[in-house]
This record gives sequence, C-alpha cells and structure tokens, in this order.
Amino acid sequence: MDDTLPTTLIVNGERVTRNVAARQHLSDFLRDELGLTGSHTACEHGVCGACTVRVDGAIVRGCLMLAVQANGRKVDTIEGLSDSGEIADLQEAFHRRNALQCGFCTPGMLMAAQDLLTSQPEATREEVREHLSGNLCRCTGYQAIVDAVEDVLGSRRRGRK
Amino acid sequence: MNARAELPLHAPGATTDKGYIGQSVPRPNARRLLQGRGAYVDDLRFARLAHVVFFRSPYAHARLKRLDLSKAARQPGVIAAFDGRAVAEYCKPWVGVLGHLKGIKSPPQFAIAIERACCQGEAVAAVVAETRAQGEDALQHVEADWEELPVVTDMEEALAGKVVIHADLGDNVCFTRGLDTGGVDEAFAKADVIVEETYEFGRHTGVTLEGRSILADYNAAEHTLTVYHSTQAPHMMQDVFSRHLGIPEANVRVICKDVGGSFGIKVHVYPDEMATAAISVMLRRPVKFIADRLESFLTDIHAREHKARVRIACTREGEILAFDLWDLTAIGPYSVYPRTSGIEGNQVVNLTGGPYKHQQYRAQMNVVFTNKNVTCQYRAVGHPIAVALTEGIVDLAAEKLGIDPAEFRRKNLIPDSAYPYTFPSGIKFEKLSHHQSLDRLLELMSYKELREEQRALRDKSIYRGIGLAAMIEVTNPSPAFYGVGGARISAQDGATLRLEPTGMVTCIASVTEQGQGTEGAMAQIAASAVGVALDKVRVITGDTGVTPYGGGTWASRGAGIGGEAVLQAGRALRSNILEVAAHILHADRAELDIVGGEVVNRLTLESRLPLVELGRVAYFRPDTLPLKFQSELTVTRHYTPREYGFTFTNGIQACLVEVDVETGFVKLLKHWCVEDCGTIINPMLVDEQIRGGVVQGIGAALYEECLYSAEGQLLNGSLADYLVPMSAEMPDIIVAHIETPPRQSDLGAKGAGEAGTAGAPGAVMNAINDALRPFKARVAAQPFTPQRVLQALGKV
Repeated sequence: MDDTLPTTLIVNGERVTRNVAARQHLSDFLRDELGLTGSHTACEHGVCGACTVRVDGAIVRGCLMLAVQANGRKVDTIEGLSDSGEIADLQEAFHRRNALQCGFCTPGMLMAAQDLLTSQPEATREEVREHLSGNLCRCTGYQAIVDAVEDVLGSRRRGRK
Repeated sequence: MNARAELPLHAPGATTDKGYIGQSVPRPNARRLLQGRGAYVDDLRFARLAHVVFFRSPYAHARLKRLDLSKAARQPGVIAAFDGRAVAEYCKPWVGVLGHLKGIKSPPQFAIAIERACCQGEAVAAVVAETRAQGEDALQHVEADWEELPVVTDMEEALAGKVVIHADLGDNVCFTRGLDTGGVDEAFAKADVIVEETYEFGRHTGVTLEGRSILADYNAAEHTLTVYHSTQAPHMMQDVFSRHLGIPEANVRVICKDVGGSFGIKVHVYPDEMATAAISVMLRRPVKFIADRLESFLTDIHAREHKARVRIACTREGEILAFDLWDLTAIGPYSVYPRTSGIEGNQVVNLTGGPYKHQQYRAQMNVVFTNKNVTCQYRAVGHPIAVALTEGIVDLAAEKLGIDPAEFRRKNLIPDSAYPYTFPSGIKFEKLSHHQSLDRLLELMSYKELREEQRALRDKSIYRGIGLAAMIEVTNPSPAFYGVGGARISAQDGATLRLEPTGMVTCIASVTEQGQGTEGAMAQIAASAVGVALDKVRVITGDTGVTPYGGGTWASRGAGIGGEAVLQAGRALRSNILEVAAHILHADRAELDIVGGEVVNRLTLESRLPLVELGRVAYFRPDTLPLKFQSELTVTRHYTPREYGFTFTNGIQACLVEVDVETGFVKLLKHWCVEDCGTIINPMLVDEQIRGGVVQGIGAALYEECLYSAEGQLLNGSLADYLVPMSAEMPDIIVAHIETPPRQSDLGAKGAGEAGTAGAPGAVMNAINDALRPFKARVAAQPFTPQRVLQALGKV
C-alpha cells in the first residue's frame, strides 16, 4: 500500500525531495513530512477549504491533490506567505477586525482571500462573499472576514493609485 | 476621585476608570493563528507516537457474536488491537446521571462497547498503528459477526416502549419532568383566545472545524498521564481520567493548547477519547486520536431533536394568561457523561415563555432513548427550542388577535421595573431589560418602514417576512447547574496574577480559550485592574498543571466568572505593588496609584517609580526593604456566583427574509440582534460571538439536520451532504447592546456566547411564516428546507 515515488518540489521557495507514498495527499505531506502544520485538514473531502494552499500560483485543496502530483511544482503555504510579507496587510486587517476566532479555518481563508485580492481587485462585497463561500468558518459568522477583505481591497486600490 | 481599584465597575456615582474594559482592542493571541503557527493537538510532534483508529458498528443496534482481531493485528505497522474487555480492564465504565435530575437513568457505558452496539458508529474495537493510514488499512481486516437487534429510531415509538433498548432499565424513558403552577386549566377556561401548535426540531451537530482531538502520553516510571486535549474543561477531564483510569488526580495533567472550535461539542466524555487514554497506559507510549469528519458526524454529540406541543391562553386585549407545554426529546442510547442528556429538555421546561409575565405554566417533558447517536449539550442548550416555540406561538396568538407582533410583545414582556422577578418555572431574574431591548431593536431595524415596504412589495408578488424573537439566556451558572447533582464540575474559577521583575504581568486563568477571545478579554481586565498597558500582560490558560482550579468554558461563563476572578486578583496585585512602592519611596500608600505601568502620585499623576524598577528591587534587592516586610507580587483570587442560580441575560432578535413561493427558497436579507450581557469587556469580540452564534442558529433553522433512516443509519454524514452556512448565503448581522450589569460581581459581566444561537431559529421561523401569511401557510418543523416551505404552500 505504501509504494513511494521520489518527489521534488519547491515549498515556500525551498527545494525539498522526499520519497512520497503514492496515496498521500498534499496536506498530509506538508503537515506530516515537512512539519508545515499551518494548513489544516478538517473534512478531507474538499468541502471546507481549511487545507487550501497554492500550487504554481493557483489555490487548490491540499486534501484533493496527491503529494506526488506536486512533483516539479511550486507550493506556497500560510507559513511561506507569512514570512514573505505577501499578505501582511491582509493578516493585519483580519487581526484588527477580529476576523477569526478559533483560527482553524484562517490559513485557508487567507489563501482564498489573497486569491480574490489578486484576481478581482475591484470585487464587490457580494463577490467577496461569493469567493469565500468555499471556505467554512464555524465561528465568526463571516461578516468580520468580509469586512477585513473589503478593507484590504480598498487599501490596495488606494496603494496602486 | 479615581475609584478604579475599590468599587464595582458599575457602582453608581463613581467615576470609575474602566481602563481597557469596553474597548475593541484586537486580541494578541490571534497573531499566531493568522500565521498558521498555532498549536492544535494534531500539530504536536512526539517520539514513538502511536495512532489509534476504531472499528465501529455499522448497525444501529446489534449483538457482536464474534470479533476476531488477529488478522488486523498482523497488518503492517500495527502495534496492537483491543476489544472492549481488554480496554475495560484499564478504564472503568460510567453512568451519565445527576442527583438533582430526579429519576434520571442510563446504562453503564464503556470506552469500547462489549458484546452489543446501541447505535451506528459505536466503537467495538481499537487498532493501534504507527500511522493513521496503517491503522485504517488494518481495520479492513477486523472480522466481526453481528446479529441485528430491533431498532428504535422514532421518539414516539421509543416512548411507547414496544421495543425496549436497555432491558435492565425497564423502559426507554431516561428522564421525565413535570411542572404545574396549578391554575392553568382555570386560565384556559377563562381565555378569550387559545392557540396551539406543534413544533419539530431536527437533530443537528456542532461541526467544529477541528475534529475532536486527543493525545495521551503515559509515563510508566512516574505513573503519570499527560493528556493534550482539545477540550473546554481541562479540570473536569483531569478528574474523569483520574477516576476512570485509576491514576491519582495529581498524576494527571490535561493540557489544552489551541482549540479549533468547541461550541459545547468538546465538553463531554467520549468513549473513543477515554479509550485513547487507556491505550496510552496499556502501551506505555503516546497515543493520538483525531476524529475525521465522517467520525465527527457519527459520534460528536448531536443536539435538539425535540417535538413540542404548546398552547397559550390569552385575553381579547392580548394579555397572555398561561402556557401549556408538552415536549419530547430523544437522546440516543446513553445519557452522556458527566453532564447528562437530561439538561436540554430540562432547559426547555425552565425557559419556555421566559420573557413574558403570565403567571400560569404547565409543562410535561420526556427524554427517551433511541438507537441513534447520543445527544447532549451543544451551544445554547435548550434555548433555541424554548425560544422558537415560545415566539412561534406568541406570533400565532398575535395574528389571531389582529395585534402587531411587536405590540403584542410589548404588552406581555416582563416590565423593566419588575425585578428581581421569579418566573413561574422557578427561575429568578436579577435584572433584565426586555422593553429597552425591544425599543432599541425596532429603532435599529426601522420596523415601521420595513412593514410598509413589506406591504408594498406584496402587491408586486414579492413575499418578505419580518420575524421577531425575544429571549432569555442562562449564563454564569452557579453550582446549581451540575455541582449540586454530584458532578465534579467546578462552578468557581480562579486567576493568578504575577508581577514579573520586568514589570510585565502574567495572568494565569482557569477559564479556557476556544477562539472566542478569553485570553484577550482576561488581558484587558488584568491590565485595567493592575494599571499597565495591554501589551504588558501575558495570559496563560488551559493547563491543569499550571492554572488555578476551575470549570473552563461552557454555559457562557468565561467572562462573567473567570473575568471576575481576574479583576479581583488584579486589584489585589495592584494593592500589593503599592505596598512595595510605599516602602521604596518612603511614601504613604494612599497617595500612590499605578497608571501606564508606573507608580504615580494619585492626585497629580506625577511619575514616581516605573514597575520595572519596583520589580528589580522586590526580586533582586529585597535587602533594601524593611526587615519585616515581604513583598507578595503573586496573588490568586477565585469567584463563584452564588446569589442566583444563573445570571440571566435577555435580548431580542429580528430577521428579514424573502421567500420564493415558486421554489420554496428562503433568502436571508438582514438580521438584527439586541442583547444585554451586562458590562461589555470588548465590544468587537462580543459582536463577533453574537454573529457567529446567529449564523449557527440560522444553520439550524434552514440547513442543518442529521438525517437517519428508519434503520438508524446516518444518511448525510459528510460535509458534502450536511449543509452548513457559508459566506454567500449569510446576511449582514446588525448587533446592538443594552448594558445591565448584575450587582453580584464587581465586573458586572454576563455571558454572550450563546445568545445568537438561542434566538436566531425562532426569528427565522417567524420571518418565514410572516412571509407566507398571505397564503395562510405556516412552517413549524426545522430545518425549513425548500421542500417544507413548498409543502406548507401545498405545492408538493
């Protein structure tokens, strides 16, 4: 059952090579093999979004992708986005707005929000709600998250002018 | 005069400096979570960690005729496999009853069931392996022969008792309670109007995003057990592990780091978690169990599943004279330990009709066993049921009398001047603010204008509805909740505050953080009470080896009880600091105060001594202090609410929906909540708690239900099939507050965490029924799915 394949990928800018069990999904690989526990597994059937990471710039569900499929690709996790400062403004807005309670959905939510901020910089409040609707938050009721993302949409727009 | 340190925060006439209390400051502990650098149980790394998986019954009720674990035990990576008897040698069974719930009964429950499974998902074997995947592979090799037994899944059949699940108990009745003020029949006899309706409430569950998680680490040399646990009540679990595993309590340490949501799901004793701890002892190594999502749906406690018939008697003028309630609820095959599964029904009896001033009340409530998963206390326990059926029947009465629902409530809500007040069910209210809350709500939502808009839109065949739901809510429970019944669940909490040599303050509190912001709120109280900046406070919670003894977080008690302990400890520490300062400065203690981390002259606020200098002297140069003086810069204080059984809060919610009468879809347009949690420590945290609670209540009203087949099979045990509210369907939620602090504590805080969930389902139901009024259609069975709306409209 545990047939392995040599797999090399760039995770948060670092090249890593491991023999990876063919059946291991990307989230388990990141968490168990690399110790990157910021991506969470909550449903492991692609519904809740807690495991969202970025592969070659696009957000994916880590639980729906096998680690071996990431061979030769670039994977970014919440740890990488935090250290590079790429989402510092978004994290600050989440903090200021209390857009998280237990924090379990937060890394995935930030990934999805950053995706929206880069792909739809003119998004309306309704579009923010729509874009985040694949990420389950059981604590906040979403409003503060939507408020925080709107704040950053505004501040980044102003920054570009 | 600055009266910060001596008087209640709500003392009349005092110009009390509340410091950070009442400020919307961000909570410091959120930063690690924002970077994915929290420490949930599954994030911890241990050498020689073993993973346990469970072989669970596929049947709702079946005898295990043969169980063969030998093949499973030989699979790659498998360390051991155990049946119920093997684990029972290390873990004693339990019975979920409490002394103050008279007559409650339940059979013994084992960590791993022996011989018989009484619901689908009940574990009958455990397999331990080096990885979770290897354990799950090995489960395929467990051999079990089952004999299916008769199944009871319907509540009313359970009550009738043709098939009895536990023969030793005689019938399927776990608990029953009646209440009668004596004049109900008379009130109904003289009533001008009587209305009656039956409400049904689907089973649903908490869906914490982080599944239940436990990592038990037994040290055979010391006979100590350290349990890393995603729990709300570390000390309760310390006691439970100690008594059921036979390890002295002092040798058990429960550590609760980050918790990925709890909502009442993580305050109960779960058999698989007890088995995990027992297996750690058996194998003398760390063992971990994380419930996956499918296991969560099958085995996390469910809640609600009530059927309630309610009648009220009114005069022609619209005065409610009496409530008459019959309630039936099913709890699965066991009453859950140690809080019991009798509490939700008990709360429905206590709370039904609670906002109103009628004097006559009769209730009959039955709790029955069925062959479904267990139910127990989930966020707002009983409140969503009591509020929905009360507010549903009140709306129906108003309609029959032709009185506007807001006006009808105004006529019947207990007057704000009537307190202290004893409700016919026996519960006591210190001080509530129903009328202020109603007025604030109507103003906030522009009620009159909304009604006009509703009328205008109806002419265009757009069906909007406005629903109101007034409520009362149990918070800050005294020992009357569990302790008096014999449960070793602490009603008191404590806090230790320590001034560090650097001038920092460490606050160690027994209430726990589940994400609601406990640590942030405690930091605000500590900083304000001592007189330091917020960033000079560090808060530690969730470790029985470190914190004072306490109950943890449940029943909306963290701020009101834990917060008061922190306030009192902070004041005591401040006083002790000033004593040291008086010696160092050769000054009169009464002339000194602490502001912004410095000892200052009380009147002029002139800086006299920074706390960092005071700390240096007290810790490193105490030789310079008078010989007979010993500084005490660590203090502990505790608090228990005792004057009232519960500190009730009140509030009122409103919901605006639009119903598509062709498809049955309900669109939420807006939701409002006005509530009174007394002193608000952090408005931003409270508002988000309320909103999150409202959304859970909306989930119950519109989407969420654990659906079972007649054979007791869960039909929708995945997140793809069980619907939860997502951001796109949720409306903006407007929150406002009335502040009526209880006089029992100096802080004056009541709970806020459950109010949203308590009131939202009733408000949503009333809004839908208001929208359907032109069609003379009503819904009364939650969740209000499009199918049920169309059925009400007679379209399917």
